[in-house]
Amino acid sequence: MRFLKNIVDKLEPTFSEGGKLAKLHSVYDGFKTFLFVPNTTSKSGVHIHDVTDSKRTMITVVLALVPAMLFGMWNVGYQHFLAIGQEAGFWMQFWFGFLAVLPTLIVSYVVGLGIEFTVAQIKGHEIQEGFLVTGFIIPLIVPVDTPLWMVAIATAFAVIFAKEVFGGTGYNVFNVALITRAFLFFAYPTAMSGDQVWVRTRDAFWWAGGKAVDGFSGATPLGQLSTAPEGTVYTDGFLHNIMGQPISFCDAFLGFIPGSVGETSTLAILIGAAILLITGVASWKIMLSVFAGGAITALIFNLWGPDTAAAQMPWYMHLVLGGFAFGAVFMATDPVTSPRTECAKWIYGLLIGAMAIIIRVLNPGFPEGMMLAILLMNIFGCLFDYMVVQSNIKKRMKRVPQK
Amino acid sequence: MNEELKNALLGPLSKNNPVVVQVLGICSSLAVTAQLKPAIVMGLSVTIIVAMSNVVISLIRNTIPNSVRIIVQLVVVAALVTVVSEFLKAFSYDISVQLSVYIGLIITNCILMGRLEAFAMGNKPWASFLDGIGNGIGYAIMLIIIAFIRELFGSGTLFGLRVIPQSFYEAGYVNNGMMMMPSMALIIVACIIWVHRSINKDLQEQ
Repeated sequence: MRFLKNIVDKLEPTFSEGGKLAKLHSVYDGFKTFLFVPNTTSKSGVHIHDVTDSKRTMITVVLALVPAMLFGMWNVGYQHFLAIGQEAGFWMQFWFGFLAVLPTLIVSYVVGLGIEFTVAQIKGHEIQEGFLVTGFIIPLIVPVDTPLWMVAIATAFAVIFAKEVFGGTGYNVFNVALITRAFLFFAYPTAMSGDQVWVRTRDAFWWAGGKAVDGFSGATPLGQLSTAPEGTVYTDGFLHNIMGQPISFCDAFLGFIPGSVGETSTLAILIGAAILLITGVASWKIMLSVFAGGAITALIFNLWGPDTAAAQMPWYMHLVLGGFAFGAVFMATDPVTSPRTECAKWIYGLLIGAMAIIIRVLNPGFPEGMMLAILLMNIFGCLFDYMVVQSNIKKRMKRVPQK
Repeated sequence: MNEELKNALLGPLSKNNPVVVQVLGICSSLAVTAQLKPAIVMGLSVTIIVAMSNVVISLIRNTIPNSVRIIVQLVVVAALVTVVSEFLKAFSYDISVQLSVYIGLIITNCILMGRLEAFAMGNKPWASFLDGIGNGIGYAIMLIIIAFIRELFGSGTLFGLRVIPQSFYEAGYVNNGMMMMPSMALIIVACIIWVHRSINKDLQEQ
């Protein structure tokens, strides 16, 4: 630490005003505050500075995402070797997944941070830290086989049009990572849905390539549900993994199913949720209410729903399949796009859960509804806040004696 | 040509463009710009209709009672739109099918009512004609730019001819499906406005 601090202090004059590289001051400042909590204090008024500034908060979220990322990498390898019918040890599976996911992670960070740095230089602002989390989430919510150039275009689109035009981190109306996914979903539907993209059968860096064995089917459980013809009866063995063996609740909870890289394991996501809640970064009200909203809606469909397999699937399966848990824990709780007032958080969460299940069950064109549900509620987040604040004002105004 | 007439004709091409400065006629510029051909036909139709209706209204401007002027304007525009619509159906049926309701909806295009109210009601026929031509072409230019970008990246074609070579697709290139949706057209309009205002700094709001 001391060693790093010395380097940082030594470089300070070069980047300060009048120094050789004064133009790149914001780059220097970005790295400095990334490494060390700034020790400057406010000059006027009363301020309380917490040590957990936004950079520390973002790093906490990235740490919370690590279990999902590690599990996702292993699962990519596991599904791969299962699909090509080869035996492979744990480390070999993990190493394959690591090689397969790493390029996406690098592309997402290089493109996103590149734009952030450029904008900061042009505007003369400090570099904002929001992309640390966004860049980590993007590889987790796309299929492993998404071409890198698509990821690059979508990331650039999302950072520019969902974030920078609104004023940067803290001003965006929509979750930037979800806009990246939405762009990919609508612009390149063949790379983002169907049954060909979720399991990598080709090689990673020319290693461990293979051909899918007979009987392989790459459809995700939600994909199987949405393509089931009307009138299909949901039974315990209805959902199957890529080799045609039935999936139990436990398999889906632990995450041995095909899907986007980081969304499959509810367990790994819940570990992340625990980190977020213990450190106080995310709101437990939003997480709980998203799960509650989803469970209630799925129960209603179970009781009175249409005659489709998606409607008959038990409510607890809905919560562990697809991106539901990932969205609830990491996307819905995004502090920028979610509401602030406590009452609004409950409404927001409940509606996200409900919308996600409604889209899944009633619209076979969208096997997964979490992305659209969160984006839709992002718009309403601030309206819920406004509603809560106004009703509070009205309530208190009544207590003012009338003259 | 004096300064005023020149301004009426050339102003709408850039500094006073109906789409990117006045932000009128956005609905049709999102709806018909998925391909170049219909966009050009649409641009031409609007140009003809704005110019003609401007002239007609300008000729009778002093006889129109103020209280019913909107209805009179609508009647004139509707008559012209019907003529253009029938003409397209007769001579280029395919495009008229592609444009479907949007030719009919030129009646409600804000540019028309805007020009009639703001210009033709208070100016002589020749000036009104030039103003109509200018605004129509200003609108057409924007439509063509948007349609060019959308057709090129959305279907890889221009005027229906393949532009992006087959080898690109074999290497993994995929057309951008978002470009075929009106939502992307709105973002393209926004980008054009962005570029336009960065060039013309006097248009930027404080």
